[in-house]
Amino acid sequence: MSLDIRRSSASVWGSASGMRTAQVVSKYIDTTTCIGCKACEVACQEWNDLGPVATEQVGTYQTLPTLHAEFWNLIRFNERDFDGGLAWLMRKDQCMHCDEPGCLAACPAPGAIVQYANGIVDVNPDQCIGCKYCETGCPFDVPRFSATTGKMAKCTLCVDRVSVGLEPACIKACPTGCLHFGTKQDMLELAKGRVQQLKGNGFAQAAVYDPQGVHGTSVITVLAHGDHPEYYDLPVDPHVPWGVKLWKTIVRPLGAIAIFGAVIGAFGHYMNHGRKGVKGADAHDANLPDA
Amino acid sequence: MASLAATFGRGAMTNGWVDIKNADVILAMGGNPAENHPCGFKWFIEAKKTRGAKLVAVDPRFTRTAAVADLYSPIRAGSDIAYLLGIIRYAIETGRFHKEYVQLFTNGPYLIGEKYGFDDGLFTGFDDATKTYDKTNWGYEADPKTKAYAVDKTMENPRCVFQLLKKHVERYTPETVARICGTPKETFLKVCEIVTSTGNAQRCGTITYALGWTQHSTGVQIIRAAAMLQLLLGNVGRPGGGVNAFRGHSNIQGATDMAGTFEILPGYLKTPAGPQQTLKDYLEAATPTTLNKQAWASMNYWQNYPKFMASLLKATYGKNATKDNEFGYAWLPKVDGNYSWMYIYDDMYRGSSKRLGADEPAPEGLITFGMNPMGIGPNVPKMVNALSKLKWLVVGENYEIETATFWKAPKEYGGPDPSKIPTEVFQLPASGFAEKDGTFTNSARWLQWKWKAVDPPGNAKTDQEILARIFLAVRDLYKKEGGALPEQVLNVTWSYSNPAAPDLGEVLKEINGKALVDIPDPKDKTKMIRTAGQQLENFGQLQDDGSTACGNWLHLGVYTEAGNNAQRRSTADPTGLGMYPNWTFSWPANRRIMYNRASADAEGKAWDPTRPGIVWNGEKWVGDVPDIKPDSPPGEYGAFIMNAEGVGRLFAAALNDGPFPEHYEAVEAIIQNPLHPKVTSNPATKKFSSDKDVYGKPDQFPLVCTTYRLTEHYHYWTKHTEVLNQLQPGFFVEIPEAYAQKQGIANGSKVRVTSARGSIEGVAMVTKRLRPLQVDGKELIQIGFPIHWGYSAGDTGHTGPLANFLTPSAMDPNTWTPEFKTFLVKLEKA
Ligand code: SF4
Ligand code: SF4
Repeated sequence: MSLDIRRSSASVWGSASGMRTAQVVSKYIDTTTCIGCKACEVACQEWNDLGPVATEQVGTYQTLPTLHAEFWNLIRFNERDFDGGLAWLMRKDQCMHCDEPGCLAACPAPGAIVQYANGIVDVNPDQCIGCKYCETGCPFDVPRFSATTGKMAKCTLCVDRVSVGLEPACIKACPTGCLHFGTKQDMLELAKGRVQQLKGNGFAQAAVYDPQGVHGTSVITVLAHGDHPEYYDLPVDPHVPWGVKLWKTIVRPLGAIAIFGAVIGAFGHYMNHGRKGVKGADAHDANLPDA
Repeated sequence: MASLAATFGRGAMTNGWVDIKNADVILAMGGNPAENHPCGFKWFIEAKKTRGAKLVAVDPRFTRTAAVADLYSPIRAGSDIAYLLGIIRYAIETGRFHKEYVQLFTNGPYLIGEKYGFDDGLFTGFDDATKTYDKTNWGYEADPKTKAYAVDKTMENPRCVFQLLKKHVERYTPETVARICGTPKETFLKVCEIVTSTGNAQRCGTITYALGWTQHSTGVQIIRAAAMLQLLLGNVGRPGGGVNAFRGHSNIQGATDMAGTFEILPGYLKTPAGPQQTLKDYLEAATPTTLNKQAWASMNYWQNYPKFMASLLKATYGKNATKDNEFGYAWLPKVDGNYSWMYIYDDMYRGSSKRLGADEPAPEGLITFGMNPMGIGPNVPKMVNALSKLKWLVVGENYEIETATFWKAPKEYGGPDPSKIPTEVFQLPASGFAEKDGTFTNSARWLQWKWKAVDPPGNAKTDQEILARIFLAVRDLYKKEGGALPEQVLNVTWSYSNPAAPDLGEVLKEINGKALVDIPDPKDKTKMIRTAGQQLENFGQLQDDGSTACGNWLHLGVYTEAGNNAQRRSTADPTGLGMYPNWTFSWPANRRIMYNRASADAEGKAWDPTRPGIVWNGEKWVGDVPDIKPDSPPGEYGAFIMNAEGVGRLFAAALNDGPFPEHYEAVEAIIQNPLHPKVTSNPATKKFSSDKDVYGKPDQFPLVCTTYRLTEHYHYWTKHTEVLNQLQPGFFVEIPEAYAQKQGIANGSKVRVTSARGSIEGVAMVTKRLRPLQVDGKELIQIGFPIHWGYSAGDTGHTGPLANFLTPSAMDPNTWTPEFKTFLVKLEKA
């Protein structure tokens, strides 16, 4: 598996010339056959040498309220009433490995966040300065600051395993087969097939979640209630916040002198409007390099 | 497993885990497989994805199984019999059952004697004084001319089983089911429709269950109802069918096979009873006879009982077992009453063992391995006081479990002051499952060898070494000092290379058994089927004259001359149905689907040619290992070879509480039985009568409570494990949202749950997944909480109350399994 770099934070775009041919990989998550067993949670921690995290019983099956620097893979449990029925939705939450990674765009430290040619977005702890900007750039609320290392932490899509031809640890551990790993193309096919099946089974709104606002992700998710990603704690139409785009495409190239003002200005807007509130038809940013 | 044995002939999962992928319909009831058997659950998903199978989950709680089911049906805890008999009624009323199958393979056409009857909640033969039934009232009728069973193949005779069943279930209309179970009628009817869609040759469905059925005072009869439904739908013996019992532990099937309970010897042979003083008497009582001797006769495979028993005695006493001393039968302990473990603890508590009129002292010492009595028994306040009366207690464990520290139990458990407890406790550090090799026998009856991953830490020893050392030391004492009946111990054979730590491969070899002398072929005496010393290949080679030794006839085939078959790992799947014949060894005889003769019709053709179990090719049965004489043409023998009459039993006279299931309320009944208020609970149920055995009434304890397990934890064990504590950090009580709102109970707040036995505190988990039900015209609230916690844990942040502080010591009258799943409580804000 190629570990060529497609994009790197705070570097001149376009450095990834010639990488378009690399196979983009993807996780496949079928929420309709996930049983919330949390094997993937433990596998992630074991492989990546994380945790355990101190938790306490607060009246839910969900291990933690959100992701954590020592907990990169979280099953989110949601109870929902439907006409006469009930759904208990379980969705595996982790870094989505966006094709257009907001974290990377927001990162001011050269090479601290990289996107490999295969689509994996990874934090390089040697370069990370712990400024937490990536946190704000991420439309999925993923990166977490680790107080122990002073760096950001998140799912690496098991880049160390994938680069030697193994599937990510979560995929390997999943007992039901609701997780798969392969090329994005294959995973999309699989997902479409499953959605067809679900539609035939009475889930007319079943859909593949591969949000185009970030040009798609390397984690594609099958949802029975595809018209309501928010039931699964997923943003309906995620985008890289415009402030971050501004920062990346215009401000940053102007040089370091402008950094602080721009950050304050751009992020100030973002803070007022909130991450999940970003909705609607932000025009595709043609200035960003395409994969 | 008593109910499956009484219905089909053997007490185990009929099919297997992988086979679930062949089902068209899966009814998951009395179990929560997604949470408690997540790895096996992959085959449910496989069936859904590849066959479009419908998964129906029936449970008091909307579980993680329900979350991925096609249909969820709520049910009141403990009302499963009414529900299942309701489905049976629906199948018969609508004709959605497999009639040809019922005629061929069940006792539906068999006539029952005039003495059988059922009236106002009681079957005939009930003795109110002893609370027991005289089961001879439920016998078959013999044909006056042929003396064989009287049979009406048309199933129209009012005394035939089918008609008696039809009459018995008449009362269970959808309205009645809704009234008893609290299930909305429309939901129930939808379930009926889906489940009975398999009542034909083309389709096939499975029923899966676990402890949600066994742990009731009516547990065995609940499973009976499911087994009957499957017979009626023609789903037994077929790929994608069966009644699939999911065992609660990785090796509980193996433990039962090897005589895990007092009333059986290895291979489900019976423990001799006091009056059976000679082997001859014993065999006469234990070996079943059949009236079916002619056409469509029964193989009555248990007629080989004497061979199994003689070989077991030879394996136990070796050279000391001779024909003259009846192979040492006299040395086997004989039971004089019930020694199931709840009775033992009752003896300890009361300080006496009353058996058949004799009054003996209670046990003064206890050795306990692989279980945590303080946690797993009901009514902990009684348990802690029972243990407090022992002189000594030996616990073999890899953690400091609650039993070893019973004297440290928090005050509210009601044990004596530690300074007043005379018990000397020895905790022997034992090895965990990954620290020893050996076999696990899973629910699918596969004996799978596992290899040790790491050495036990420090002074920890394997169980077999601990037991062997105890045995050798006790034997030495008998050698030196004599005592009562020293032969019983001195004559036991113990021929392992390392007597102090037997190699489990050698033990497995011994369980499989070998020929002790040359065994001639009965067809051609000049040939030998086995020569002296050779490992046996199948139980057909066993002899009743002491020429074979075998530690468990049912496991025969696991260690042959070919080697340790439990170690086989071939993924070859010649049938494409997931039978994997060379993956480990599956008892009996490496057969993957039991009763597979019933997968083919009268001519031996598969009911569904896309899913054949075995088929008759004109000369022999091919496919899976046939569960019938391999060269017996269709029509020669009945499909259920372990039942003396050769057919599956819709009517079974063997159980202690009735030949048909009947709805009874739990021992702690929330309502009077709507069908017969005079007989509310199971009349044959077992209860104890000490001052600690108290039972609650609904006026004081108005809520129904149930207990269960979580995916994240294993029993009372993993609260010692940080990683898993992180996933489920502590005890909680699940409460229906609608009720919590009324009571002002907020999610995450503290609540107190109290039963007649005790009171515990926990965090409220307010949820939509439990809903108030309409039962018998009133709103009924069910709450529940998981087991898994206790006062002993590696990290005190993860201790919690023992769930069984609250559960009652009421039992099923067949298996003496406690009623953990339905009892009465009250709930308050703490
Ligand atoms: S999900 Fe967030 S952290 Fe992951 S790649 Fe996308 S923007 Fe970056
Ligand atoms: S391992 Fe698979 S089934 Fe289990 S929680 Fe993770 S994604 Fe769901």
